[in-house]
Amino acid sequence: MARIELSNLSHAYNANPKVPADYAVKPMNMIWEDGGAYALLGPSGCGKTSLLNIISGLVTPSKGRVLFDNLDVTGFATEKRNIAQVFQFPVVYDTMTVAENLAFPLRNRKVDPARIGARVREVAGMLGLTSDLPRKARGLTADMKQKISLGRGLVREDVGAVLFDEPLTVIDPHMKWVLRGELKRIHRQSKTTMVYVTHDQTEALTFADKVVVMSDGEVVQVGTPQELFEQPAHTFVGYFIGSPGMNVIPAKVSGNQANVGGNQISLAWSYGALDSSKKIEIGIRPEFLKLVSGREGYPITIKRVEDAGRHKIVRAELAGNPVCLQADEDAEIPADAARVSIDAAHVHVYADGHLVRA
Amino acid sequence: MTVVLDQVSKVVAGAPHIRDVSITLLPGSINVLLGPTLSGKTSLMRLLAGLDGPTYGRVLVDGKDVTGMAVRQRSVAMVYQQFINYPAMTVYENIASPLRVRGAPRAEIDERVRDAAKLMRLEPYLERLPLNLSGGQQQRTAIARALVKGADLVLLDEPLANLDYKLREELRAELPRIFGGSKAIFVYATTEPSEALLLGGNTATMHQGAITQFGPTTDIYRAPRDRQTAEVFSDPPMNFLPVTVAAGAVKTSGGQVLLSSGTLQGLAAGSYQLGFRPSNVALAATGGQTIAMRGTVAVSEITGSESFIHVDTPDGRWIALTPGVHDSQPGQPIEVFLDPARFFVFASDGSLVRAPQRASVS
Repeated sequence: MARIELSNLSHAYNANPKVPADYAVKPMNMIWEDGGAYALLGPSGCGKTSLLNIISGLVTPSKGRVLFDNLDVTGFATEKRNIAQVFQFPVVYDTMTVAENLAFPLRNRKVDPARIGARVREVAGMLGLTSDLPRKARGLTADMKQKISLGRGLVREDVGAVLFDEPLTVIDPHMKWVLRGELKRIHRQSKTTMVYVTHDQTEALTFADKVVVMSDGEVVQVGTPQELFEQPAHTFVGYFIGSPGMNVIPAKVSGNQANVGGNQISLAWSYGALDSSKKIEIGIRPEFLKLVSGREGYPITIKRVEDAGRHKIVRAELAGNPVCLQADEDAEIPADAARVSIDAAHVHVYADGHLVRA
Repeated sequence: MTVVLDQVSKVVAGAPHIRDVSITLLPGSINVLLGPTLSGKTSLMRLLAGLDGPTYGRVLVDGKDVTGMAVRQRSVAMVYQQFINYPAMTVYENIASPLRVRGAPRAEIDERVRDAAKLMRLEPYLERLPLNLSGGQQQRTAIARALVKGADLVLLDEPLANLDYKLREELRAELPRIFGGSKAIFVYATTEPSEALLLGGNTATMHQGAITQFGPTTDIYRAPRDRQTAEVFSDPPMNFLPVTVAAGAVKTSGGQVLLSSGTLQGLAAGSYQLGFRPSNVALAATGGQTIAMRGTVAVSEITGSESFIHVDTPDGRWIALTPGVHDSQPGQPIEVFLDPARFFVFASDGSLVRAPQRASVS
């Protein structure tokens, strides 16, 4: 079990980084507490896998240090770091049985055979592999093999951290629900530091206590799922988290009012003078726009309604700006013109993409 | 073009891959094959494309038997999960390639490539090589190439599976518009119920090589023929509560007696499974949720806007999807509320007896 610290860390794959775009991981400091469940979330190419590889020792950072419990491990090879890893695609020995595969990391470390047997049965039970233990791994489906990989990652109780790199990619949606719940439960029981890399917001937000959102090699926000949802520090976070993402609308902000094409939208706080050289926008999540009848609210033009099953997604325009809102499964949606109310407590102001705190 | 599969089965080395599938695909239709990995989606697509022949049954195109006809002679385009483009060709040339092979005139090629690029929002990237594009742009290029071919049958095998979540969300929202203007038959395989819903059109739910139901997508979602279909078409997974009905009383496997209202009203004596979606499990009774059930929290997952709470009850493990943040601790007792109007009632053989009553019809 370990506390992981990244100190003045940065990484570039070319030798002489000059401009920010040269960095795969831009200069950063971060502390991951012992026993925490963390997710590294971001789109392809945002640097999340590079950062994970720096922690695991597959990549040596160009600058800065990686500390495990204050011990500088920057120069240590992966096998010296006492970590377990689970990758996107299954790493399984086909010629071994499921039980032998699960036992492998323990056998390698000469753990007492009786203890190995007990631990293998325990992990197999967690992952629903008990009845498959005597089978050879060859011929198993991809998601069965990935469950074995997860088991191999979780079987050692003495590791400092378990690192997951998109571990549920090959898993069917139904099994994802089971495994995500199990991983969360296993984390609560084991109290091991876990770092989970994914581009899937549901996986990140449901697994992690703290989510690190990355974009273009930079950490744009670290927060609880609730913080990321309710107070996106950057329009990128608002867009990337939530389905559909936050509506971002150009506005003129003055005091506690935002003007969008002549509509005066109330804000929960009063804002001082904003830098006029910056692009001012307001952000409102689809969840906080509500179709209303009568005269209240703001006029919108409805463009399209999508039936998502448990709710409807309404795509509309507010003073010419595309906006998206959610309506109940059984809600009646007017054909073209409608009005929406906006929950002032959930309207945020952004300057050049960054959240302006009132 | 109309394609009919007539009692088609495919057996590979003694293992049935497709079991007795009969389906009619009409021109200008979007047809989703929805099912988990290895449920037969890809096998069925290969039969439709003519890449494989069926072991039994016939494939008919406009009433003509084409069962043994080579794929080259059929008007088919395919898009795969992996982004397949010609790496040495620009996006423009990638999209143009089926037209060049056919020897189409320059002016026609240019017009059709630009139309497809506009539709797929690829106009700014036409001179780039595929390697210098994002995954989403690469897959857009592959889809544009399939569209420009003008095939009567376009098969897409989990085309968004390798894309980032957000790119997938964006492309998914655009696909109905892209498919909508065409006379082709679109067949789209996916493992994700939400994708089927957003694509609309028709859905065929697949399980172990068979089609369990085929029809308009929202009809199947709201009234699946049987439990198997309901399970294939649920994400998060549907919850189940076994009950028996005797002398008008509805009793759960855990021993609780339920008021026979809503979908439970007037059920004949016998055993049933009540299916209900996680979004219909409430943590507070606010309206029609007149059934209270006790359980303990197994784990709760929070997405910021919603919480998924896995609850162990005497009747099984359920998932409750509720708005807002509920950071319940594992082992904590919890009460959940169900609305008897919202049950899918399945008979002991799995067939649907009642579907949820809707609050209003839109």
